[in-house]
Amino acid sequence: MSETHRAGDPGASSPDPTDPVAPDAHIHGIPVVEVRGQDVAFPDRSELVDLVRKLRADGYIQCLTVTGVDYLASPQTGLPPTIRPERFEVVVILVSHLARRRMRLRVQVPEHDPVVPTLYEVHPGTEAAEREVFDMFGIRFDGHPDLTRILMPEDWEGHPLRKDFGVGQVPVQFKDAPNR
Amino acid sequence: MSPPLPPPAAGSKGSMASTSEGSQEMASIGGTYGVEALREAGAVLRMSETEAATADPSTGDTTIINMGPQHPSTHGVLRLMLELEGETILRTKPVIGYLHTGMEKTGETLTYLQGQTNTTRMDYAAPIFNETVFCAAAEDLMGIELPPRAIWIRMLLCELNRITSHFLFLATNGLDLGSTSMMIYGWREREEGIRLLELITGLRMNHNFIRVGGSAADLPDGWRERLETYLDSLPERLAEYEVLMDKQPIWRGRLQGVGVLTTDEALALGASGPVLRSTGYAWDLRRDQPYLAYDDVDFDVIVGSYGDAFDRYAIRLNEIRESMKILRQCIDKMPPGDYRIQDKKVTPPPRQRIDESMEALIHHFKLFTEGFKVPAGEGYVAVESPRGELGCYLVSDATSKPYRLHIRGPSFANLQVLPHLLHGGTMADAVASISSVDPIMGEVDR
Repeated sequence: MSETHRAGDPGASSPDPTDPVAPDAHIHGIPVVEVRGQDVAFPDRSELVDLVRKLRADGYIQCLTVTGVDYLASPQTGLPPTIRPERFEVVVILVSHLARRRMRLRVQVPEHDPVVPTLYEVHPGTEAAEREVFDMFGIRFDGHPDLTRILMPEDWEGHPLRKDFGVGQVPVQFKDAPNR
Repeated sequence: MSPPLPPPAAGSKGSMASTSEGSQEMASIGGTYGVEALREAGAVLRMSETEAATADPSTGDTTIINMGPQHPSTHGVLRLMLELEGETILRTKPVIGYLHTGMEKTGETLTYLQGQTNTTRMDYAAPIFNETVFCAAAEDLMGIELPPRAIWIRMLLCELNRITSHFLFLATNGLDLGSTSMMIYGWREREEGIRLLELITGLRMNHNFIRVGGSAADLPDGWRERLETYLDSLPERLAEYEVLMDKQPIWRGRLQGVGVLTTDEALALGASGPVLRSTGYAWDLRRDQPYLAYDDVDFDVIVGSYGDAFDRYAIRLNEIRESMKILRQCIDKMPPGDYRIQDKKVTPPPRQRIDESMEALIHHFKLFTEGFKVPAGEGYVAVESPRGELGCYLVSDATSKPYRLHIRGPSFANLQVLPHLLHGGTMADAVASISSVDPIMGEVDR
């Protein structure tokens, strides 16, 4: 765990949010923590597709979104002790209409090898969302049918939602144009 | 954690829920999943610009053409690459990003007090929902419980906004299909609803009215009468639409059986809202995962039966009626009390207090310079927007700005069904299909 402690942490008496959290249960061998009424599971990259497939059989039949977080500038919170924090995290949100519950999967993705297997075969609706994560974070999805930029121009350099991609780094056009 | 595992659902017939109208069964989930659920895995055109440009037109009988990004029926700046054989569409590639302004990145630079000004501009036809979901995500992390009046104000504004958003759909859907009188009528009714929103929030669109901890102000004097006048005027006009549209053979011919989607396809592609419900699958967050005070109001979830463009039109038309029902109940049941929580670390003090109290001045100053801090953590909150599940994934690092803000726009997911709706149809039907999905590009591109 990182040693970073932020000034002005609200509620000084509350435990450090970056402390490991004991898992409440295991689902298909994956630790699950309940966070404010929602289940959060922490599969490894290699376990992801298999887990999503099993969860689909359990009733989590729709994948709502796939997104990413770059934890470069802040430590992660709420991880179970067995999970080693990495720079990137891919977040998959599933919903079971029958149980009326959502499940969030947080997958750790190391900076030196940002590759995650695609969920396209299980939930084809993740195709565009995975392209967005690739576009914004540079995380590649192994086996994706069309991994190209989706929001940024095709010739764009860098991945805008990474924390080391500054705001306002784009050169402004017509800046030196004469004033009227 | 209770229960540790979700109930085993695979193979079972579906949940039985007893209602006043007898037991109702949710649609079967015993179908196929994943890519195998897709009728035509080859409906999506996966081809880059270069490949499309270098394709030899003399070989084969297919043509690749561009529709948009400035085509009037694409609702903004959506571009479609279409592969045609004669007039029949084979494969489609939606090309998005023309309206991308990095709003999720911008969200990381704005405090929780400023954040709504950013999110409200995503789905510009339903701004109240975007504000609500952002505030709900922050409140979820802070553990704030809203006073009843604040909850009901939010619900009232949401339903009013749902009506204006659906009128916008009726107007543009009419325009796309050549019924220009419907466009004028839809716009007229929407404008009245927007004037009501202006009366309450002060702005026609992009309200920035829902704030963390409640709303920016209380409901103004006379809101009941204005709202009642509006609601009284609508049933007659909705009946007019039914004469104008439903009973018109051309309208039915243009929409019925066009852009058909099955439940399995809709679920596999992550569709939600009217697009999913048109297939006969009754999933509405307002009923199935009640938030705000939807538990306390009486309304029906409208579902279709054929999954075609006509169902999607009819669902939205009838959802207006359901929203009117909820609004009537809001008028009757609006509780008295605070419209925001009385935590001065979160909500600013009343203007008058600043003149007489040093502490109020300090609180005001701190709130508007530094903002309030949200405990570290991450969470996902969703609401049922007029287009489907609008979700907000928020990561906080215990500062006054979100560490990561992700909005799950329903249009972004719903757009992915387009290749499957268009496959095998004609160019003329493409316009009807795109329109029936009702995409808002501000939310798609963010």
